[in-house]
Amino acid sequence: MREKELNKLKDYKYGFTTDIENIRAPKGLNKEVIEFISKAKKEPKWMLDWRMKAFERLKNLKEPNWQKPKYPKIDYQDIYYYSAPKSASEKPKNLDELDPKLLETYKKLGIPLQEQQRLNGIAVDAVFDSVSVATTFKDKLNEVGVIFCSISEAIQKHPELVKKYLGSVIPLTDHYFATLNSAVFTDGSFVYIPKGVRCPMELSTYFRINASQTGQFERTLIIADEGSYVSYLEGCTAPMRDENQLHAANVELIALDNAEIKYSTVQNWYPGDENGKGGIYNFVTKRGLCKGKNSKISWTQVETGSAITWKYPSCILRGDNSVGEFYSIAITNNHQKADTGTKMIHLGKNTRSKIISKGISAGFSDMTYRGLVDISSKAKNSRNYTQCDSLLMGNKCGAHTVPYIKNKNSDSNIAHEATTSKISEEQLHYCQQRGLNQEEAVGLIVNGFCKEVLQQLPMEFAVEAQKLVGISLEGSVG
Amino acid sequence: MTDQLKLDFEKTLKNINFSKNEIETRQNYLNKFLKNGIPNRNLENWKFSDLSQIIKKNIGELSFYNDYSSSNKIDSSIFVSGLEQNKIVFVNGRVEKIDFQHEEKDKIEIIENTELNHNLKNINSLVDLNNAFTNKHLKIIIKNNYELKKPLIIYHSTNQKIKSKNINTRLDFLLEKNSCLKIIDIFNDSSEKNFVNIFYNFDLKKDSILKNYKIDKLKNNNIKYSYNNIDQDDNSVSETFILSAGSSFLKNEINCNLSGKYSSAFVNGIFSLKDKNHHEIRTSINHLIENTKSYQLIKSVSEDDTKAVYQGKIFVNSKAQKTDGYQLSKAILLDEKTEFNAKPELEIYADDVKCSHGSASGSLDDNSIFYLMSRGLNYKEAKELLINGFLLDVVNKITDPEIKNLIKNTIGLKE
Repeated sequence: MREKELNKLKDYKYGFTTDIENIRAPKGLNKEVIEFISKAKKEPKWMLDWRMKAFERLKNLKEPNWQKPKYPKIDYQDIYYYSAPKSASEKPKNLDELDPKLLETYKKLGIPLQEQQRLNGIAVDAVFDSVSVATTFKDKLNEVGVIFCSISEAIQKHPELVKKYLGSVIPLTDHYFATLNSAVFTDGSFVYIPKGVRCPMELSTYFRINASQTGQFERTLIIADEGSYVSYLEGCTAPMRDENQLHAANVELIALDNAEIKYSTVQNWYPGDENGKGGIYNFVTKRGLCKGKNSKISWTQVETGSAITWKYPSCILRGDNSVGEFYSIAITNNHQKADTGTKMIHLGKNTRSKIISKGISAGFSDMTYRGLVDISSKAKNSRNYTQCDSLLMGNKCGAHTVPYIKNKNSDSNIAHEATTSKISEEQLHYCQQRGLNQEEAVGLIVNGFCKEVLQQLPMEFAVEAQKLVGISLEGSVG
Repeated sequence: MTDQLKLDFEKTLKNINFSKNEIETRQNYLNKFLKNGIPNRNLENWKFSDLSQIIKKNIGELSFYNDYSSSNKIDSSIFVSGLEQNKIVFVNGRVEKIDFQHEEKDKIEIIENTELNHNLKNINSLVDLNNAFTNKHLKIIIKNNYELKKPLIIYHSTNQKIKSKNINTRLDFLLEKNSCLKIIDIFNDSSEKNFVNIFYNFDLKKDSILKNYKIDKLKNNNIKYSYNNIDQDDNSVSETFILSAGSSFLKNEINCNLSGKYSSAFVNGIFSLKDKNHHEIRTSINHLIENTKSYQLIKSVSEDDTKAVYQGKIFVNSKAQKTDGYQLSKAILLDEKTEFNAKPELEIYADDVKCSHGSASGSLDDNSIFYLMSRGLNYKEAKELLINGFLLDVVNKITDPEIKNLIKNTIGLKE
């Protein structure tokens, strides 16, 4: 019975596809496709111009290749840049109008949109392939003035905010994938928290890639105005396919004076099968700007999926006394590869940052922590603390730590620690002696190893993440 | 630069009688160097120190030809007094003296040869440059079971005759089974604006012990690069100590291959920087087989627009179970303009290992200063005392008491 249960869990449970009719842009990357996307979104001219500027720039850029996990060359002309469920071409006004198939999909994923209407829980923006299909709890949020909608909607309804902040943290010209995203981004979430408002509920976006041969290029923009607070969650899944799909998102966070943004991700894209076939390439640019004084941005991520994860959620600490935090658990199994970490760029006085990174690699996988802590000469009295621990299971996998530490200020302190080891035989023995089998014992120890990070997640996510950690490591011991 | 290089290369060949084979291999090295040039910051290992720019800024055009036909006078005042020693003296890159007076003659073999040992792996373009231009190449063999009675001091000195020159020095050491060698490298320059490129290759056989102390203390305006390659067999021990202080630019690279069981490597280093100096230590410890051990400790005290860089890497092969690797770097920045960069790297492919690194940088601890001042020291004394203690930690790692004292006095540390 137990065996059966385990076998069920071993498979990627979000690997189903939804049979739903799609509208797609023609394959390939060219001006027409960008115009198509822009038109489908009913975007104003300035937005299209912005996209074109990025596209022009893209022609001069080269794909970076300094990362540890190498991948076969991506044919950018062989990807559909836009795919949307047909039923969503007119965005439904409420959930009752939503295609039942879509509702069913999200229910399977564990996000019953309808029930959430009734329960006093989390406001969700659901993104299916290239478009946002539903956003819940809009009215309640409107009452306090919080804007939570898809980015396409924001471009139409709140152009002044989008114009002001879009690309202000990740410039158009930043690097290849960010520029590609700027040219072809399809949808994503937009959040604006007005002055002094503490967002009454958790905001959440759920990303789902469904169509094959599609790339998902979402763009998220979160602005926390003076004295506000928001906690934002993000979850991702994709069906099982033999091909590698590209996911290149841009996420920009802006915190003004005294504002705080907490951004949590549970990333569980399809990781490919046991032999490393298929899976998502998760090449994401996430960057937060602590623009105002006393602002705070905190990233928490649980990375269990994707064939290749390549991302560095970063904080630019420009405002005096601002705080940046990064908590990460990255787990790789089978043939997964991850090159992840963070950048903390201290520009303002008395800025503080903290990095806690836990990496676990098993099977044939390879994991790299790569991080930058840069304290500029003006950032007086700044502090950084970094801790990155890696756990290895088996001798076919690798764990690497590559921190870059730059201190240009004598009043500032940087401390960095890293360890790499395996689960100690003693601990395992102790647990097994008390009646746990080996897998359970490993699960328990790993959860303890990750606890510091799991604690940072909002309650609902923490439970899910804890389970995910267990599932990701199934079959890697013994 | 390319034309100059080719001309100088022709000249060098003319002055030394090489075999046909040798000319060909050297030509190959030159071509390799021409292809890659002097390293710049596009290369990961040179990210923090763009040598190409540094040479351009400080020296301008380099010339590569050195006339080795006539000997240079040795200034005997450079010799360390009060320590019985064997000597090798380089003046302007030319070997002027080899003296093993304290040792048994048949236990040490010195092969002077112009032919190189060419089975070296591809390391970097500066090693290629060295191979192409180095003139006389010494190989020193320490025979089985022999422990040198006195340390060997290698003096690297330059005089005012040379300017804007590239000097290439190359030494090979073979430590046979159960032998022991202590080397002190001392730099003494009265020249300016030269680029010195030093390459040492060590081969440590079973149970042998190598201790290498590099002392760059005297202020000078030269640019230096030193590369140590150390291959270690079963149960061998290597200890490297670096004092990085005097030159305007110095990069020390230690590449250590622990390919024998129970072999261990220790690297300790001190940066003590002033006057706009820019120094770097880069280590790469490769654990290739089980039960090997490495320990690294680097400390830096810097002021006056200086830049200290430490790049340390611990690599653990999938075969190298039971590896014990440790790495710690600490820096004190004394004023606003100074900079400390670190890249402590772990690359690990085996699971039953214990590897950790730590890195910290910051200012002197205010509380400690307050404590000392409340006990009657003035600010300057308190500061000096704290720095003294900070650096003493590294010097105390030196296993040879005589040399420990020598280095302590060189830096001016008090117990």
